[in-house]
Amino acid sequence: MHERRLGTWLFALGILLFPLIVHSNYLLSILIMIGFYSLVCNGLTMLMGYAGQISLGHAAFYGIGAYTTAYLSATHGWSPWLSIIAGAVISAFIAFIVGIPTFKLKGHYLALATLGFGVIVYTCFKEFTSITGGMNGFFGIPSIKLFAWEFSNDARFYYLIWTVVLLSLLFSQNIIHSRVGRALRSIEGSEAASDAVGIDIMRYKLQVFVYSAICASIAGSLYAHYVTFINPQAFDAMLSIYFLIMVITGGASSIWGAVIGSSVFVLLSELLKEVVPLVFSNAGGEFEIVFFGVLLVVMLIYMPNGLTAAWKKITGKWRTSTTLSPAAKGGGGR
Amino acid sequence: MEVFSQFIQLFFSGLTIGSIYALIAIGFVVTYNVTGVLNFAQGEFAMLGALTAISLSGAGLPLWAAISLAIAIVVLIGALFEKTAIYPARHSSGATLIIITIGVSFVFRGLAIFIWGTQPKSLRPFTANDPITIFQAVLLPQNLWAIAISLVGVFSMGYFFNKTYIGKAVSACVVNKFAARLMGIHPEKMSLIAISISAGLGALAGIVIAPISGASYNMGMMLGMKAFVAAVIGGLTNAPAAVVGAFLLGILESFAEGFWSAGLKDAISFALLLMMLFVKPNGLFAKATGKRV
Repeated sequence: MHERRLGTWLFALGILLFPLIVHSNYLLSILIMIGFYSLVCNGLTMLMGYAGQISLGHAAFYGIGAYTTAYLSATHGWSPWLSIIAGAVISAFIAFIVGIPTFKLKGHYLALATLGFGVIVYTCFKEFTSITGGMNGFFGIPSIKLFAWEFSNDARFYYLIWTVVLLSLLFSQNIIHSRVGRALRSIEGSEAASDAVGIDIMRYKLQVFVYSAICASIAGSLYAHYVTFINPQAFDAMLSIYFLIMVITGGASSIWGAVIGSSVFVLLSELLKEVVPLVFSNAGGEFEIVFFGVLLVVMLIYMPNGLTAAWKKITGKWRTSTTLSPAAKGGGGR
Repeated sequence: MEVFSQFIQLFFSGLTIGSIYALIAIGFVVTYNVTGVLNFAQGEFAMLGALTAISLSGAGLPLWAAISLAIAIVVLIGALFEKTAIYPARHSSGATLIIITIGVSFVFRGLAIFIWGTQPKSLRPFTANDPITIFQAVLLPQNLWAIAISLVGVFSMGYFFNKTYIGKAVSACVVNKFAARLMGIHPEKMSLIAISISAGLGALAGIVIAPISGASYNMGMMLGMKAFVAAVIGGLTNAPAAVVGAFLLGILESFAEGFWSAGLKDAISFALLLMMLFVKPNGLFAKATGKRV
């Protein structure tokens, strides 16, 4: 058994045992949120950390997954499993179509294009009211059933989301340690050199972009079935940037960065929501963004490889084979 | 006649919003040219300028003093931003710097919530705001102020970069940083100047729009992103072209809103952004102007 597999199995065991030890619906709901974000960040980490491409528009795929499954399962009575798959297929298709011209762009232009894509999709959620319900939101999304077993309470949903997260992490690990993973890392290192040794850069970038879109879409679909109510504001440009914060905090050069970054983000925002109003009584709205802004700037200036890299450095397990340049370096720079 | 007056009306509101985009877009282009940073916090300077001016004017200062002081404060904030966030990371890649500016924009927005809360505020118009009727279209003097101030801003920037010593030094860094350094110009100092000026322009834009559409902590993001679109239409490195791009975008949005759908105008602007990036990433006027400065 590989060492990396051992870590995964230990992690899976921890996930399995947690609800048996801790009986708190609040903590479970937090872990479920971490699960959704981990799934998105898993794909995004592959895109940013391994292929070195930046995306400021992943909330769009999260939203497409959520709205597709909501529309098909609530309005047309499809089985949620089928509608989740339909959402993933649609997201993959859109990612493919959008990806072809987008990944010809580099650096700044890539960041702007993905941001623009995100805003367009958000506006569509807001305006196509006959399908999405517009700003009033979409109500009555059914919960997921497996035969007679309904994922209606937090404990059941917890196992569902984390099973999906673990599967996607295993899948990503397999990709990373395969020929595809090596190709992606070489693209991150130098596009020109990869091209010269015969790697089809465009194809690999597109594949990893489609994969990250599918991850985000499934996460969004599961989110929709969990909360049963969605509205466009849950999928705006801010969310895309939150995903970016999670990936960068966790560190984009390790697949575990996705889980760590999501955990730090969710726990920190819960903590801030509790603590800050005690100190500043007038704090309202999304005041916590000031802390995330500071976190982002400090991380990028002082710890550009993220927490996982910092941890590896501390424990001395930093091996040259895993050394990757900063994730956010993506897109070729200036 | 009905359609004609509506046309004039929409055209003027397009010019108004375009002039706001233009001021912010010049800031982008100047910052990008000198530092290589695509500053996502640029729109936040508009928010900071508008809200600061509203507070100062509310504290009893005459309007002109409140406006000047607000711009001065935002220029200082811009300088502080350069020193604390851009300068330490100046050797990072472009994408890292973009994300840093996103982080800073979060900080500005969050601080604004702590200082001004989440409720929108408004600034009183610069002069008596009795509507003027031209060709049956109703215009507010504040719209004319916005257009006039923006044009003055654009031309004084042109004068600054082409005629003054410091402006020429900044331009020299744009053309060739290495050669500029050999001539005794400090690119680091120029980066500070460029970002401070951009902050001031952003603040001016926010203050001008505040009497028309109000000001709130989250106004900066959309203004900033629209100014991006304008800058990209102009090719990202060409300030006069960015100004033209800003007016084109303002008018396009205004007509889209008037004749089609207010909600979809953002989608139209960003669809234009994607089209520009995919088809003519060097800007609409790349061939016409030849050299991109």
